[in-house]
Amino acid sequence: MIETRSIGKRLTLLLAGVAALLSVLSWGMVTGLAREGAQRTQDNVLAASVTTIAETLRSEQGEVRLELPYAAFAMLGAISEDRVFYRVTAGDEILTGYDDLPAASPARPGQVVFDIADYRGVAIRMASIARLVLAGEGPVLVTVTVGQTRDGAGAIAAELSWLAAILAVVFFLVAVALSALVARTSLRPLNEIAAAMSRRGPSDLRPLSRPAPADLAPLLSALNRLMDRLRQSIRRSEDFIAEAAHRVRTPLATVRAQAEIALRSAKGDTEKERLRRIIRAVDESSRSAGQLLDHATVAYRTEDLAHDPLDLADLAARTVAAMEPTASMRDILLKLETEPARIAGDAILIENAIRNVLDNAIKYSPEETTVSLRITSAGDEARLTVRDQGPGLGDEPVEALTERFRRGQNTESIVGSGLGLTIAADVLRAHGGRLELGGNKNGRGGACVSLVLPLA
Amino acid sequence: MRILGLALGVICGIVQGAAAFAIEIEDHRHYAGTGERVLRIVSTTDLNVFEPYVTAFQGLRPDVSVDYTVVSSSELHRAMRAGAAFDLAMSSAMDLQFQLANDGFSRPYRSAATEALPDWARWRDLIFAFTTEPAVVVINSARFEGLELPATRQELIAVLRDNPERFSGAVGTYDVRDSGLGYLFATQEDRSSDAYWRLNEVMGRLGPRLYCCSSQMIDDVAQGRLAVAYNVLGSYADDRLAEDRSGRMQILRMQDFSNVMLRTVIVPATAEEIDAAGAMIDMLAGLGLRSQAGDWPLPALSQTGPRESSGFGPIRLGPGLMAYLDPLNRRAFLSEWENAMEQR
Repeated sequence: MIETRSIGKRLTLLLAGVAALLSVLSWGMVTGLAREGAQRTQDNVLAASVTTIAETLRSEQGEVRLELPYAAFAMLGAISEDRVFYRVTAGDEILTGYDDLPAASPARPGQVVFDIADYRGVAIRMASIARLVLAGEGPVLVTVTVGQTRDGAGAIAAELSWLAAILAVVFFLVAVALSALVARTSLRPLNEIAAAMSRRGPSDLRPLSRPAPADLAPLLSALNRLMDRLRQSIRRSEDFIAEAAHRVRTPLATVRAQAEIALRSAKGDTEKERLRRIIRAVDESSRSAGQLLDHATVAYRTEDLAHDPLDLADLAARTVAAMEPTASMRDILLKLETEPARIAGDAILIENAIRNVLDNAIKYSPEETTVSLRITSAGDEARLTVRDQGPGLGDEPVEALTERFRRGQNTESIVGSGLGLTIAADVLRAHGGRLELGGNKNGRGGACVSLVLPLA
Repeated sequence: MRILGLALGVICGIVQGAAAFAIEIEDHRHYAGTGERVLRIVSTTDLNVFEPYVTAFQGLRPDVSVDYTVVSSSELHRAMRAGAAFDLAMSSAMDLQFQLANDGFSRPYRSAATEALPDWARWRDLIFAFTTEPAVVVINSARFEGLELPATRQELIAVLRDNPERFSGAVGTYDVRDSGLGYLFATQEDRSSDAYWRLNEVMGRLGPRLYCCSSQMIDDVAQGRLAVAYNVLGSYADDRLAEDRSGRMQILRMQDFSNVMLRTVIVPATAEEIDAAGAMIDMLAGLGLRSQAGDWPLPALSQTGPRESSGFGPIRLGPGLMAYLDPLNRRAFLSEWENAMEQR
């Protein structure tokens, strides 16, 4: 699988990118507005100042007269500590003020106009107002100009811009945190489905029937269709195996019966030995076919597992009774120590598991030995321990020994299919239990297989 | 004692630093230091008043010589505008100082000491105030014998009006045409009190004597030539009162309104000894913020004795000060003032 960048990361990055863009945009806008606002505040004060001065314009004895009110200047110092310049002109003549102040833009009388100019090496904001005053021969256009450096407005704008920058960064960080949260929340259904899938047992192929967002419905139904096909395919092959095993077993029984008859009537030792070998081979084939059937049964029944209340002791006793003849043929004593252990499950499957384990134990035990079965309960688990005095299981891990068609390393001389422990392990796993394998700790070798099942 | 070890400078018509300009100098002294550097101060503060500050400064910076020139406030303003070379300009005429700063004749200075000054005691790091000094009325109590002492301008007007023969020719005030500080006090009073012009009318009828400087007015009151000196610098009057033996001099603080002036200092744009000038400003700002009155001739910024509880803040250091400096306004104000004062 080629792993590309996770959707969650990609979503977070994308959202963070959007947030960064918005932060920068909002900072830029606030900075612009702050500059504009500070400029307007200064303009208003300047406008008030020039208007106040222009109010005092009058004509006396044919001359333009005015006074510069204290308030007109004092108000300029109210907001900021900016330097102040002013000029009053009547026509082309300068009445008072700073004569080198830059000229203001022309305006209609009565209208306040604003200019930005460079004066004595610093940028200033100027407000001008023109008024017509009747003096001498005719009306004279008197212009009042008041200028102020822009440090105060600049400082206010810079301060607000700085504040906006801090807020934008905070906004960005909050947005990133929220983006991560959003990405995680949106991906939760997907993760839940993945978790549900990985929680499933290896043979659980039931369709997923959990609620899922509409976006995930196609994925989910495709997945379910795939699992359905897989299940059907597995079922078909199991059916095929069961059918094949069944078909093989009947003729094998016939072959065995005929071989036994032939053995009884045989004379020569070599012939007898040959027939015995045939019988043994047929037995092994028959057992293998049986186990294949068992395996198919287990696969089939675990799909829809029954939860009947059962006593493990009963099941063990029944299985022991059924195996007794096989054991006694080889003079093997089956010893059963039980105590009641209530469990829930499928009686046929559990008997099947016990039988396979017991069958293994009998098969690998030397003649005239004992196989002991013991039921104990500890905590919320029931444990059926089967011990034999055979060669043991070697030191391979449980996973390897319960693999299908896999046989232990020390079983060369004995025939077997390698399915027995697989079947037992499958059954126990389907019931929420497990198969534990261990050496016989009694100092005589031998295998110790435990079937562990949860108590009901 | 104070001047022990200090070289007495030569008073001359033209000071070295202002070689290119003829400045009318009232007083001059050179306080030699151990090093080469010379801090050139031009000031309106009388030499004897400022000498303790120079001594204190040379205690901190013995390497710096101090060249101290006393001029009138309008002369100082004119010299600065003409580009006279000084490292520090100190004046009691706030308006003229403010205009110099506003018009770019001072250079900015910033230090921890100037940052500590209250907002109203500095402007744009260009101009710094280090004293608050009220305008007061100084009287010769012998001339007031049998009269109730006035506490407001109304009462002063009534006393002067009712006793023309007693006060004729014995009333003194600033000649606002010459004195920058006198003009500042007069214009601020014009703005704040309607009694000012009526007082001027009454004084004008009594044939007032007009002065350039507070110290001369105080001298004349002490010697009995004047009965009343109106708008005198309180700090000078306090110093003189302490030395006065006659016991006839008395300081009256008008209760209705009282101007409080800030003595300000700027570093002129022509300054060369920036470092020493800054050190002097730091020292003055530190002294301006002292909490104890101490043995200094000039009051601190926050100094409020029992007399100073009138509740009037100092004159605001801001562009409003420029309104009365406008030539049109000044001409109009002076003509009105002359009309009131010169009735004979």
